Amino acid sequence: MKFYRSHILIGIDDASLAAGVKEIEALLRNELQKNNLSDEINILETGTLGHFGTGVSMLVYPEQVTYVNLKKEDIFEIVEEHFLKGRPLQRLILDRSLTQNYDFNYKRRIVLSNSGVIDPENIDEYLGAGGYEAWEKALTTMKPNELVDEVKASGLKGRGGAGFPAGLKWSFTAPIVADQKYVVVNADEGEPGTFKDRLIMEGDPHKLLEGVMLCAYAIGASKAYIYIRGEYKLCIHRLEIAIAAAREYGILGNNIFGSGFDLDIFIKVGAGAYVCGEETALIESMEGNRGTPRSKPPFPGVAGAWQKPTVVNNVETLANIPAIIKNGAKWFAAHGVDGSTGTKVYTIMGDVNLPGLCEVDMGTSLRTIIQQYAGGMIEGRTFKAALVGGAAGVFLNDTLLDVHMDYNSLREYAAVLGSGAILVMSDTVDMVDMLWSVLRFFRHESCGKCNPCSKGTALLFKLIDGIRKGKGKDSDLEQLIKVSNGMQKTSFCALGQSPCMPIASAINNFRQDFLTRINVK
Amino acid sequence: MKTLEELRKIREKAQGEMKLRESDYRYKVVVGMGTSGIAMGAREVMKAILEEVSQRGIKNVLVTQTGEKGLSSLEPVIDVIEEGRPVITYGNMDVAKARKMVAEHIVNGKVINEYVVSTTN
Repeated sequence: MKFYRSHILIGIDDASLAAGVKEIEALLRNELQKNNLSDEINILETGTLGHFGTGVSMLVYPEQVTYVNLKKEDIFEIVEEHFLKGRPLQRLILDRSLTQNYDFNYKRRIVLSNSGVIDPENIDEYLGAGGYEAWEKALTTMKPNELVDEVKASGLKGRGGAGFPAGLKWSFTAPIVADQKYVVVNADEGEPGTFKDRLIMEGDPHKLLEGVMLCAYAIGASKAYIYIRGEYKLCIHRLEIAIAAAREYGILGNNIFGSGFDLDIFIKVGAGAYVCGEETALIESMEGNRGTPRSKPPFPGVAGAWQKPTVVNNVETLANIPAIIKNGAKWFAAHGVDGSTGTKVYTIMGDVNLPGLCEVDMGTSLRTIIQQYAGGMIEGRTFKAALVGGAAGVFLNDTLLDVHMDYNSLREYAAVLGSGAILVMSDTVDMVDMLWSVLRFFRHESCGKCNPCSKGTALLFKLIDGIRKGKGKDSDLEQLIKVSNGMQKTSFCALGQSPCMPIASAINNFRQDFLTRINVK
Repeated sequence: MKTLEELRKIREKAQGEMKLRESDYRYKVVVGMGTSGIAMGAREVMKAILEEVSQRGIKNVLVTQTGEKGLSSLEPVIDVIEEGRPVITYGNMDVAKARKMVAEHIVNGKVINEYVVSTTN
């Protein structure tokens, strides 16, 4: 067998073929021949090398150097520098620094501590990871009101968007005497760009269940419903497995652990309406009625599902509860900042290198999240805006990159944490198109119950559509703000009250984008 | 229906199994099977690994699944865990790469550098 001092693997796949890999390979062979290297260096074709968007790439052994985005003219340099002089060409080497030291932040994770570690379909692994210890502790050593106090002391706020203190919400329902109370989990994650609840339910379904159990015990509910959007088939499947396993182990059922407490959990599948994320519309839908919001008061805490006292909590909120009960409120409050304790799960997408998820302490700046957890902006693009909190969120510009992401800090800038979706946009994105897309969404999702919202969302869309088509007037911008402010004051529920946030922030922060479209005639 | 005592025993047993040194396994291969992973082919990757492991008659490896850990854009993601070593996270995996990973990493103990997207202690 012939001995080569070096081997070159050339990745052959659709992308590299399109980028002319064959020509480059021929050129490389030719160059090696010219320099009398063909007996020393072996060239092999292989399948994809697994680097996306990197054109023609090749891997050189024994150095294990990967060259990417190769052009014909690069070959001369590589042969000269690397194969003749033995100096790998730094300029073309694949930069792995982005992921090499990527920190998943497991040390600080609360909600997603098990996701990516344990098998979500195996209850034993959840137990092995310390699962259901809080449930055991609560049922055997704590009184329901102690749970409510602990959650209050932790400072946990609702993670669905509004940020209402969770312990306070529980304390309204807990003292009410009723023949039946309910816990309802809002898993109808409908805010565009948000998928944090999906990650929790499919990655660690038992954590949600344990949170539900603790809430049910605290407020005295014997039945709990998870209202989940129908698209989340994997979540539904894994929750079903988890509930069945919990029943089998006697973690759910009658007289749990001999405490005399009964509880069962059921799944209700939603049909995909944005308004059903509003808690009273959700309850209506769950009861089998058309999903439109109810008039408040009475609030669900007093008369919710089937007119019984009901606590409605978001998935992420409940997934925080087991850790709070197990480790105590003080431990929990050591995460995050004053007024916003704990962690937050973000879903990051858009013009970043590594879109995906992260869980970080409350109060982490947007810049840190983008740089450290999303790999920074895609090369060659600069940050222009971030839509934080989904459609009912706000457009932040680059002056707000260092704002701490917590409830109080964001409020100073009339911004909200919302559901935790972060859509990062570079200078290639036009704000008119973005706002158009957001307002089209609101028009589509308005439930039609109240006039300000059903007529308002249609009018808003008409205005932005006119601007987008180049038929807008300067006064349209003030009109958009005026209409959405009126809707905020008069709409029945949060759906009609929300468009003012993306509209005002887009127009105030990026007015030039709008004026450019308006003035193109 | 289990008593608290029985549950504690299950917990202890599971804890032991999660620590590889107390088990019969040298390697644990964990395939990310969240929605993103499955959409990118994690099921096929999982199947390929299981086939490869059984065809080769490898006994010291435990293949299991989990949810998403992050780096969703690099799915399918696979962790290879070995006691006392950094966790090797492979990304952008496919069936061919998964088979190669079993041959190189599990059988020969050689990490395939070009598939690695992250290493965590």
